[in-house]
Amino acid sequence: MAGLITMDDLTNEQIIDILGDAERLLPVARGEIYLPLLQGRILGNLFFEPSTRTRMSFETAMKRLGGDVINLGDVKTSSVVKGETLYDTIQMVDGYTDIIAMRHPRQGAAQYAQDAAQVPILNGGDGAGHHPTQTMLDLFTIKQAHGHLDGLRVVLAGDLRYGRTVHSLSHALVRFGCDLIFASPDLLKMPEEIVSDLRSHGANVTETEDLYGSMAEADVVYMTRIQKERFADEDEYARCAGAYKLHARHLSEVKQDMIVMHPLPRVDEIDPSVDKTRHARYFEQAFNGVVARMALLCRLLGVPIPAKIEGGAL
Amino acid sequence: MSNEHSMRRVTAIRNGTVIDHIPSGQAMRVLEMLGIGASTAVPVSLVMNVPSKKMGSKDIIKVEDRELNQSELDRLALVAPDAHVAIIRAYSVAEKLTINLGQEVVNVVRCTFSNCITTNLREPQPHRLKVVQRDPLQLRCHYCGRPQNLSELANNVL
Repeated sequence: MAGLITMDDLTNEQIIDILGDAERLLPVARGEIYLPLLQGRILGNLFFEPSTRTRMSFETAMKRLGGDVINLGDVKTSSVVKGETLYDTIQMVDGYTDIIAMRHPRQGAAQYAQDAAQVPILNGGDGAGHHPTQTMLDLFTIKQAHGHLDGLRVVLAGDLRYGRTVHSLSHALVRFGCDLIFASPDLLKMPEEIVSDLRSHGANVTETEDLYGSMAEADVVYMTRIQKERFADEDEYARCAGAYKLHARHLSEVKQDMIVMHPLPRVDEIDPSVDKTRHARYFEQAFNGVVARMALLCRLLGVPIPAKIEGGAL
Repeated sequence: MSNEHSMRRVTAIRNGTVIDHIPSGQAMRVLEMLGIGASTAVPVSLVMNVPSKKMGSKDIIKVEDRELNQSELDRLALVAPDAHVAIIRAYSVAEKLTINLGQEVVNVVRCTFSNCITTNLREPQPHRLKVVQRDPLQLRCHYCGRPQNLSELANNVL
C-alpha cells in the first residue's frame, strides 16, 4: 500500500477530501466522541531523531481512533546503534505493524523505507527534505481560518533556507494559487532552486527582508525559528533575529482575519503578547496535528470515515 | 574536413574500443567516468574538438586491447548518451554497441547529495537516479529527490 512521502503523493482533490475528513474528526480528537475506527491496528513510531509534537500527535491520533502504537524508543539504545541498516529495521517493523510513521536525519529515508516495506509509510520528516503531515495540518489550520485555500496571500518568515516545513508548505500553497511572500534575512533566504521551481509552476513569489512591511495585506503570517548556530557571529544573529520578532504592537495594521502560525517550538520570534490576540493560531495548529494525522492514518489504512460522526462519549 | 579525416588524426587500432561522437570537450569526463587514467596500462588515444558533420565538433577516444562492458556503457550514458561505440578486432569493426540511457539509472552511480540515505553503502536497496531531462542531462535521486551534480558523478561510480 502506498504511503505519504511527499505532498506530490496527493492530488489537490485528495488534499481537500482529507481536510474534510479531518474536520469531521474534530470531536474525536478532542475526546468528545469515541470512534474506534482503527481498533486492532498498530502504528509503528520510528523516530530516529528527536520529535515532540509529531511523535506525540501521531500517537494521540492512533489512540483516539482505538488503535495501538509501538515505539522505536531511544535510538541510542535500539539496534540502530549496533549498525543495523534502515532496510533491516523496516523489515522488522513491517512485520509488527500495519502502518509506520517515521522521522530520519537522512534525506530520502522515507522513500527508501517505503520501497522496503509492505505497510504504508507516513513521512514525519527526512533530513531537510519533506514533512507532508506537517503541511497537511498547516493547510487544515489555514482552511479552518479562511474557509478555503485558494488565492490566499501568505507570508513565510524567518529561516526559509533550512526549514523543511516551509519548503513543503510553499509547494502545496502554490498548487492552490496562493501568493507567497518570503521574508527572511539574506543568509536564510529560500533556496534559489525552490524559488525558481515555484515560479516555474506559475507562483507569484516576492522576496523581502522586511517582515513588518509585508504583513498589511497578508491572510497568513507563518513564522519560523531563526537558529543562532546558523550565524557566524552573535551580533549578526541578534540583528537578524530582532527583525523577525513578532509583537502584538506589529499587528495593529493587519487584516482582521489574518492568522499567525508557527510550527513550534518558538523561542523569541513570537512574543507572548501575540498569544492573546485574535490572530494567534499556533497552539490550535499544534492540536490540528492530531486531526490531520487521524485523517491520514485512516486514509492510508483504507478505513473510510463516516460522513456523519456520532458516537458514545468516553 | 571529412569525418574520415578526423578519425585519422590517430592511427587505427588493432583491437579495442573506439568511442566516437562524444560531445566536444567531454572526452576527459568520459575517461574519468570509465576510470581510465594514469594507472591504465593500455594505450589510449584521445582527440578533442575535431570537426564533425553531424555535431559541428566532437571528441573521439580509442582504447586499445580493452572492450567496454555493459557496466561501462551504462556509465558512458551519463556523459555521452549519444556517443557511438565500436569494438575493434583485427582492425575491423566487430561489433557496434548501443548506449541506452533509459528513464532511470540503476546501480551505476550513487547520489551526489551528501546527506542522502544511500550514502550509507551498507544499505542494500539499489541506487536509483531518475532521468528528468536528456539534453542537457538532468538527474534526480529516486530517494532524496535532489538534482544531481553531474561534475561529481565520476567520483560516485559504484
